[in-house]
Amino acid sequence: MSASFTPVQETALGKKAGGPVEWLDDRLGLAGLAKKNLRKVFPEHWSFMLGEIALWSFVVLLITGTFLTFWYQPSMAEVTYNGTYKPLNGLEMSLAYKSTLDISFDIRGGLLLRQIHHWAAALFVAAMMVHMLRVFFTGAYRKPREINWLIGVGLLALGMIEGFAGYSLPDDLLSGTGLRFVDGLVRSVPIVGSYLEFFIFGGEFPGDEIIPRLYMAHILLIPALILGLIGAHMLLLIYHKHTQWPGPGRTEKNVVGYPMLPVYAAKAGGFFFVVFGFTALMGALIQINPVWAYGPYNPSEVTAGSQPDWYMGFSEGMVRLMPNWESTFFNYTWSWNVVIPGMGGLGLVFTSLAIWPFLEKWVTGDNREHHLLERPRNAPTRTALGVAAMTAYGVGWIAGGNDIIATKFHMDIYAITWVLRFGFFIFPVIAFLITKRICIGLQRADANRILHGYETGVLERTPDGGYSERHAPLPVAEQYTLTAHERVPVLEAPVQTDVNGVDAPHGRKEKLRAKVREYWNRDTLDKPTVEDVHHAEEHLGHHDGHPIALGEDFQGVSETGIPRQH
Amino acid sequence: MLALIVVGGGAYAVQTTALSPASAADDTTSSRELDAGRQLFLIGCASCHGVNAQGIGTKDDKNYGPTLIGVGAAAVDFQVGTGRMPMAQSGPQAPRKTPEYDAEEVRQLSAYIASLAPGPSIPSSEDTDYEAASTEDVREGGEFFRTNCTACHNSVGAGGALPDGRYAPKLDGVSAKHIYEAMLTGPQQMPVFGDSVITPEDKRNVIAYIKAVQDQPNYGGLAGGGLGPVVDGLFTWVVGIGVLVGFAIWIGAHGARVKKKR
Repeated sequence: MSASFTPVQETALGKKAGGPVEWLDDRLGLAGLAKKNLRKVFPEHWSFMLGEIALWSFVVLLITGTFLTFWYQPSMAEVTYNGTYKPLNGLEMSLAYKSTLDISFDIRGGLLLRQIHHWAAALFVAAMMVHMLRVFFTGAYRKPREINWLIGVGLLALGMIEGFAGYSLPDDLLSGTGLRFVDGLVRSVPIVGSYLEFFIFGGEFPGDEIIPRLYMAHILLIPALILGLIGAHMLLLIYHKHTQWPGPGRTEKNVVGYPMLPVYAAKAGGFFFVVFGFTALMGALIQINPVWAYGPYNPSEVTAGSQPDWYMGFSEGMVRLMPNWESTFFNYTWSWNVVIPGMGGLGLVFTSLAIWPFLEKWVTGDNREHHLLERPRNAPTRTALGVAAMTAYGVGWIAGGNDIIATKFHMDIYAITWVLRFGFFIFPVIAFLITKRICIGLQRADANRILHGYETGVLERTPDGGYSERHAPLPVAEQYTLTAHERVPVLEAPVQTDVNGVDAPHGRKEKLRAKVREYWNRDTLDKPTVEDVHHAEEHLGHHDGHPIALGEDFQGVSETGIPRQH
Repeated sequence: MLALIVVGGGAYAVQTTALSPASAADDTTSSRELDAGRQLFLIGCASCHGVNAQGIGTKDDKNYGPTLIGVGAAAVDFQVGTGRMPMAQSGPQAPRKTPEYDAEEVRQLSAYIASLAPGPSIPSSEDTDYEAASTEDVREGGEFFRTNCTACHNSVGAGGALPDGRYAPKLDGVSAKHIYEAMLTGPQQMPVFGDSVITPEDKRNVIAYIKAVQDQPNYGGLAGGGLGPVVDGLFTWVVGIGVLVGFAIWIGAHGARVKKKR
């Protein structure tokens, strides 16, 4: 492009705006910062936009949530309902539930806003999880991004707590049942459980304190924490720069992509409207949490199909799977049946998430910075572990909805529970083995494409009548991309003793580490060596007995027999 | 909503008149009717319930078919009228299906069983006239429903799971009479809610609440069948995340370069 341009300060707009902008910059001094960061380069890939879904649904939550606070009343004071919804007319209920019914039936657009808010909340946590899986399976959490990974784990935990608090606010029969579930969890904490319960609920369950308290947490404390952590998350992202997929021209020391302004300002801004528009569409068309159908909360009532929102489904499932073990000693009840799955389930999820980057580093001993992502197939053990963890989590989900599955698919709820009790331990192992094999298979396929080229679609007939398909070498860029990952490290036996035959310090730990490291790399296919590639080039490059040269531009034949142009 | 109730109720009124006399154990029941009922019973029911409806036990003292002496006309009307009896096959629970007997045959069978011993009779159309319920009655019925029924049948009567493959069936499209009879006789897994526990008027109110909830439109859009958050989660992941990730792929697939047409 050789088009000439007028500097912005000489355009009509520039001349007019120059004064005020200078006035601002004299006082804020942001021009230098903006000049640098507005041109900040981000790499391009669809999977880098998953976290954005979470970010934008959080913005939708803030906007819709603000509107809901105009009418919602966080009070457990008893009032009589006299609103539009007839089947509950004249019923005693809490002010919280009444105001939720009013939002749903008597305030224009209230139900729509409530539903957008709820869908956005469900999507917020889901998008965080999808984003986290992307980061996990591409190894993006490796040095220097471990702290950002921890912030992300914190955000996920806060998002779940925030969601649960919101789920409890309407004070309908469903949310009250959920609150009772949490009350049980709190009480199951050994020794201090009942004290904790009284502390949280301000007395015995349900009391009349919990809704105002949850409301404060829901609209002030947790959103503020989330907002702060999102800020830190984004600042670290800018500081570290975004990771990128390997490819020609992309190294550990650069970022290849487009600048923030105008490209990502447009893309991200547009995506915000997509997310807002789509959550609004869901809120308008799909019913979520019909609080009127459940009736007001009453501790003596319950409804079949009482479930938490999906992100607490894992905890619910763990509690449903756990055998009913309980013991009494030292004058205390030890509710293993609740504390192990309830506290232990989510505890296991978040502990393993938090320690993972450090555990992996301990195993691999890799202390270098990584800005290039790893394809999941090229880290088979990590990928397989991730899928195994997802499987265990999925078992929790299924168990949490076992009654719905039982009724909808005409199955025995006990049979489902028993299958899942064993499945929780067995399915992840199966998933691990299968995933690892798939990864290794894909590695082989890659190696095959590098060494034997791609299938051109050109069939050749030999003089003795045999048919074969001609292969041609991959484009160099693709060869580069496929081999950009690292070599499998050479493993060394741990030092057990020093020269004098004295046991080395940490000898046992090192031995364990060497074993785990060996397993981490076991069966992983190394990429072809330079010699392999040269040999392949020789084989594919010359006609090698083929009568006709394909030519430089040839890129294979399409299904219709026309030469392909990529 | 009102129009819906009126239309639905009209169809229902026709049905109840066809089923009168309301109480099958009345003195007016002719002996011919009893005979016809007995004949039907011997053909369709006796193989499990015994030729005199005394029930059949198995060798290890279990129930092959329970005794029907004293179950009353209401139980027969419910079990046969909803197609649960005769069972097509043995299983954890007899499912609701298309009835094998027509209204007259059901009446004859009910009359025969009712003649064996006193038992709950088929409710009169007054007992099940839920349209007559006032707003207060519906609210009251809702309280009874949430206290006694939702734990198994779900808050909108969508049904729920019970141990060992049994279940609380959904209440969708069940006639007021059959709901009433179920409360009165406690079929299969269901407890009996006799008239001293829930009065006939309260039973009517419970039915009025169920019908009011089921006849109202789905406020807020496409509903997941009253199954609650599990379905919401499914929508979140399949529709929500599915579409938004699709958009991400779409945005990511379009670079910043302006495509030049050759």
